[in-house]
Amino acid sequence: MKLSRRDLFALAAGLGAAGLIKLPAYASDDAVEAAIKKFAGGMPKTGGVDISAPEIAENGNTVPIEVSAAGATSIMLLAAGNPNPGVGTFHFTKMNPESRASTRIRLAKTQDVVAVAKMADGSTAMARREIKVTIGGCGG
Amino acid sequence: MAANIKPRVKVPGTAKAGEAITIKTLISHPMESGQRKDRKTGELIPRKIINKFVATFNGELAFSADLLPAVAANPYIEFVVAVPESGIMRFEWTDDDGSVYDIEKKITVA
Repeated sequence: MKLSRRDLFALAAGLGAAGLIKLPAYASDDAVEAAIKKFAGGMPKTGGVDISAPEIAENGNTVPIEVSAAGATSIMLLAAGNPNPGVGTFHFTKMNPESRASTRIRLAKTQDVVAVAKMADGSTAMARREIKVTIGGCGG
Repeated sequence: MAANIKPRVKVPGTAKAGEAITIKTLISHPMESGQRKDRKTGELIPRKIINKFVATFNGELAFSADLLPAVAANPYIEFVVAVPESGIMRFEWTDDDGSVYDIEKKITVA
C-alpha cells in the first residue's frame, strides 16, 4: 500500500482530530505486511490458524496468547499495533504432536495480533484477531 | 542481575510412549525491551532479553522459539511433545548478553 499525498493529509487531519499531537512510534501497516511477506514469501490466505487470547486484556504487560495451526512447522506472531510488530516465532518438530504453543506477550494498546503459519508442505496461512487492552504494556 | 534469573519447567515425570504431554516453561527475566527510558536520566535502557528458547530431547531438537522484545517479562512458553522413549528433556534460554540458562528434566516412559 502506497500512501498518496492526499492520504497523508487525510491521515494527519484524522490524527489531529483524535487529539494525537505527538506522533506515537507505532508500527505501520506496511511494516506488518513486510514482516508477513518476509516470513511467508507472499501474503498467505486467511484461515487454518487459530489464535486463542482474551478479548479484553486488562494489563497489556502480560497478555496470554496461544497459537495453533494443524501441520505447521513454524508460526510467527505479530502485534500490529506495537512500536515493533514482531513478537516471536515458534518452530515445531516431529516431536510435537500438535503445532500449538502458548506464551505471554506485551501489547502497547488495543490492536490486532497476527499469526502466520508455515506448513510442512510449503503452504502458508494466517489469522488476525483484535485484543482490547485496558492498560498499555510498553510504557516506561 | 544475572543472579536472579531462574528457569522453571513443568514436565510430567512419566508418560506413555507417543503420548502428547504438555510442557510449561518459565524463566524469571526482565525482558528489557530497549524501548523504555530511565525515569531519572531520560536515557533509553538498553535492550536485554531472552532471544532464543530451545528444547531438546536426548540431544534431538524438540521445539524452539525466537523471541523479540514484545514477549512479556518472565517469558512463559508452553508446548506439546510426544516422546518415544525415556530420556532427558533439556531446556536452554539464550540471553542477549550471550549467557545461556539451562535446566534438564527426566521423562520416564513406562
